[in-house]
Amino acid sequence: MREVLLVAAKDLRIELRSRVLLFQVAPFAVATLVLLGFALDADRSALRNFSPGLFWVAVLLTALLAAQRSVAVEHAGRAADALLLSATSPARIFAGKALALAAQLAVLEALLGVAMVVLYDARVEHFGLAVASAAAATVGIAAAGTLYGVLAAPMGVRETLLPVLLLPVFAPVLIGATRAFGDALGTAAVNGWAWFGLLGLFALVYAVFGALAYGPLLEAEA
Amino acid sequence: MSILLGRPPGDRPPSAAPGHTGSRATRILGVATLVGLVGLCLCAFIFSPPDSRPGPEPGSRIGQFDAVRLMYVHFPAAIWTYSALGLCALASGVYLWRRGVWWDRLAHASAEIGVLLCAVTLLTGMIWGRPIWNTWWEWGDVRVVTTLVLFLTYAGYLALRSVPAAPEARARRSAILGVGGAVLIPIVNRSVEWWENRTLHQQSTLEELRIEDLTLFTLVLGIAVMGVFFLWILIHRFRLAWLEAEVESAGLEAALAERRAEAGEVAATGAGAGGTGEGGSAP
Repeated sequence: MREVLLVAAKDLRIELRSRVLLFQVAPFAVATLVLLGFALDADRSALRNFSPGLFWVAVLLTALLAAQRSVAVEHAGRAADALLLSATSPARIFAGKALALAAQLAVLEALLGVAMVVLYDARVEHFGLAVASAAAATVGIAAAGTLYGVLAAPMGVRETLLPVLLLPVFAPVLIGATRAFGDALGTAAVNGWAWFGLLGLFALVYAVFGALAYGPLLEAEA
Repeated sequence: MSILLGRPPGDRPPSAAPGHTGSRATRILGVATLVGLVGLCLCAFIFSPPDSRPGPEPGSRIGQFDAVRLMYVHFPAAIWTYSALGLCALASGVYLWRRGVWWDRLAHASAEIGVLLCAVTLLTGMIWGRPIWNTWWEWGDVRVVTTLVLFLTYAGYLALRSVPAAPEARARRSAILGVGGAVLIPIVNRSVEWWENRTLHQQSTLEELRIEDLTLFTLVLGIAVMGVFFLWILIHRFRLAWLEAEVESAGLEAALAERRAEAGEVAATGAGAGGTGEGGSAP
């Protein structure tokens, strides 16, 4: 566990020092939400009704940038080699990097959540469900993003290849999280906790698959 | 399978690759595909009746009418999409376990055919949906949407494979993606049972044999013909992948030989220049 936290702390420290999350990714996230508002002709009732889906589209597009960034820091100066030489198991490296990505996404989601309330006039009716489903979705996105990020990493085409690989994988998260948020925000008459279960299952599958597959992937890179 | 495709799994030396993609087996399969296709066309367009039943109003008829003939391609293509992508996932898993290039090429070949068949499934489904569901695309149908996600996932797999990289690294990354994408196959296949109220697709009529005799026969014939076709192009694509790897490897060897020859020329020129210098310094 200590190694997991060390890897996560390393990534978070890099983000704190480089300020890429603050000055580049966060403005991109809010700009996405604004553009989606224009796409719906700034119709207040439509925006409120569709706010769960628009919120998660913005989160997933932002997650692509964050996942790319998570891999890019390992390729700058071949830091990945140093990570491998540290004798930390690939599963723990994966868990650490996914944890750091999840923490960054949580910050971005909080920011987007405030922007959604302000810009789309959304009202949270079931706060517990919103937080629980966002947490489950975030773990799933972070696990899949970390795994697929390194899958598309070393070939000089990461910016174009990663979205192609990752967006179809994110489709179940978008569906589940939109339904769960629809219940939490009172815009859809569905059982949000059932969708929370699906999000939890997705997170579990990708966390286990990522921990198992990360070793062979790092070996392929070495 | 290995008898048809080539030597058994393991790290066969590249020099033992076939010189072309045709063989006696592929010629037999090719002829069988053509003959089967003619039979399928006859059954689908001439012998089998259109789907038409008496409607609730007196004298009215309901059903899919001639659009049902699209099912003889759509349904077999869907079945062999699952098989091809399932085979890709299986071969990818075995590759990660055994690390034999044979499995990597099998995964590549079956994924390419699987994506092609998945596109055929989606296109024929859309053409069928226009007169029957009155729309090209139905977002409310869970199987339609999950099939598109499956198509995009394995299109991503092919995109990953097309990026130049060291063969071993590319094979390993692709294998992980191939295994990961397989999660979707049972979801797509079982979606009409799991989300009964979220689909316009009919449930498995073939399992319960609830369709007319000749229609059922044509459907089974379509599955068989598509199966032979799948095997036929799988063998060709597998051997082509082998030849591609040979060309890639030969290209690398040629480039290395060229560089060595250049280095040899430079050394010889250097030695020659040194000799002239010595000669020039001689009295």
